[in-house]
Amino acid sequence: MPYGPHTTADRDRMLEAIGIASVDELFDDIPATLRASRLNLPEGLPELELMAHLQALAGRNQTNLASFLGAGAYRHFQPPVVDQLLLRGEWYTAYTPYQPEVSQGTLQSIYEYQSLLAELVGLDVVSASHYDGAAATAEAALMACRATGRHRILVSHAVHRHYRETLATYLLGGDLELDEIPVVGAGPAAGTTDLAALETLLAQADRPVAGVLAGQPNFYGLLEPMAEIGRLTHLSGALFVAVIEPVSLAVLAPPGDYGADIAAGEGQSLGIPTQYGGPYLGILASTDALVRQIPGRLVGMTTDLDGQRAFVMTMRAREQDIRRERAASNICTNQALLALAASIYLATLGPHGLRDVAALGAARAAELEAALIAAGAGRLHPGPYLNEFVIRVPDARAVHERLLGDGVLAGLVLADIEPDDPALADGLLVCATEVTTSAEIERFATALQAELGGARWA
Amino acid sequence: MVPQDLHYTKDHEWVRLSGDEATVGITKFAADQLGDIVFVELPVVGKTLAAAATFGVVESVKAVSDLFSPLSGEVTEVNPTLAGQPELVNSDPFGAGWMLKLKVSDAGELAALLDPAAYDQLIAEA
Repeated sequence: MPYGPHTTADRDRMLEAIGIASVDELFDDIPATLRASRLNLPEGLPELELMAHLQALAGRNQTNLASFLGAGAYRHFQPPVVDQLLLRGEWYTAYTPYQPEVSQGTLQSIYEYQSLLAELVGLDVVSASHYDGAAATAEAALMACRATGRHRILVSHAVHRHYRETLATYLLGGDLELDEIPVVGAGPAAGTTDLAALETLLAQADRPVAGVLAGQPNFYGLLEPMAEIGRLTHLSGALFVAVIEPVSLAVLAPPGDYGADIAAGEGQSLGIPTQYGGPYLGILASTDALVRQIPGRLVGMTTDLDGQRAFVMTMRAREQDIRRERAASNICTNQALLALAASIYLATLGPHGLRDVAALGAARAAELEAALIAAGAGRLHPGPYLNEFVIRVPDARAVHERLLGDGVLAGLVLADIEPDDPALADGLLVCATEVTTSAEIERFATALQAELGGARWA
Repeated sequence: MVPQDLHYTKDHEWVRLSGDEATVGITKFAADQLGDIVFVELPVVGKTLAAAATFGVVESVKAVSDLFSPLSGEVTEVNPTLAGQPELVNSDPFGAGWMLKLKVSDAGELAALLDPAAYDQLIAEA
């Protein structure tokens, strides 16, 4: 059998065999107005010219910025061993290994991913894996609805707006309700989930809540009272979903310790570069009680006929290819290569290494805070944070733009994400990790001080 | 031949009636078709079921199937043993593999169920 593409003669023979005159006839059922039209693309280029064109485009990226941008995607040192192992051809083969007899290596890598993440989040079961943190968070909400038979989700306003929007999209059409828990406006707990408001929302007896979602750290970088949110949630019979950032779990209490039923989050910070738009990695974990509600791949360890250790896809009977419209989720794939990157990263660093990464990032953030306050900025929220916090400066967007001209990416303009929230109008969400240097912090502080002209903005 | 003292559904559930209490399970035919059963998901006690409503799912190594209530009524008991020993549905489907008990609310619905002879014929033709 030849492996070249079909020739015109091949196509004509196939058309003749099924008795039609053209390929277009196959699409007669679709109204002409709905069919794809010709794409508006320029003519092809010779490879040499194409390379030059792409290099010119890539050259427009600013790669020498002192970056303080986090907001859901975090820069970390990626040990070269991660990419080196990832590029091995064996990993590029079948990414959904249905046949254990030919896929032991891939299955073992997925099993190791589940085991490493389970240890990190402190929960029994980890699904391998989801598209990104937002998708995993939405799946967690759907799990809570299925498990409780209830139809209402509460999400903290301090969960990333993009996650909340993804959640709203996933809940559409399923007769499910979504309410937001506001954040505290002022005082020591400003910027964290409003516990009194949560209690009020949970107390609406005619609208029982399936699940409560809160982030740790939250979108503003602040630490939430997760144990208390979980306690209030469980009193109402709802499930508690922690939206997590995995590196932070090396120094913060894991979700399993504060009673979360489900943990969901973005796995990019585990050895995956901050590439624009992904691909990223959705983490989803749960207690054993919810194992039949968790969507996506699960790999189990067993013994084969000869009594030897073997790995298999397990609990697959609830997936879409078998259960059709009654499946636990419409996810029918995974992010195996990215999950593998996370596994290699975690295995390379080990628990002590990961703790160093998290602790060093927190120390850099404290250094950044001190420098920016000395330069005249204020903090929007007084509460504790890990490696990300909000500063207040006058005319934040203009300051951000001018600092970019000085080679400093001064975090995220919060008004770009939350344009309707006047409390955030002066806010820049800034972040430091272990790769942030003292020289970069000084560059940021010096440029900001010049901007503020010696004025203090508390 | 299936047990003669039971009522049956086209979806392969059986019913044993005692006064207004109905015990419900799935037939040996259904259990054999599903293969090794690894999990049975049952409703909470107190739940009211309508005839033909889904009351749970049975999961085997190769499939997950819905369970349908043969009659309308309130769930008074579910088989607690199945949580740890779902294989009882395979080994003793008409006995220790029973799934739930219902307080029947409309005895008239019995007329819609199959008698043993009709069910035997159904599975003979399957």
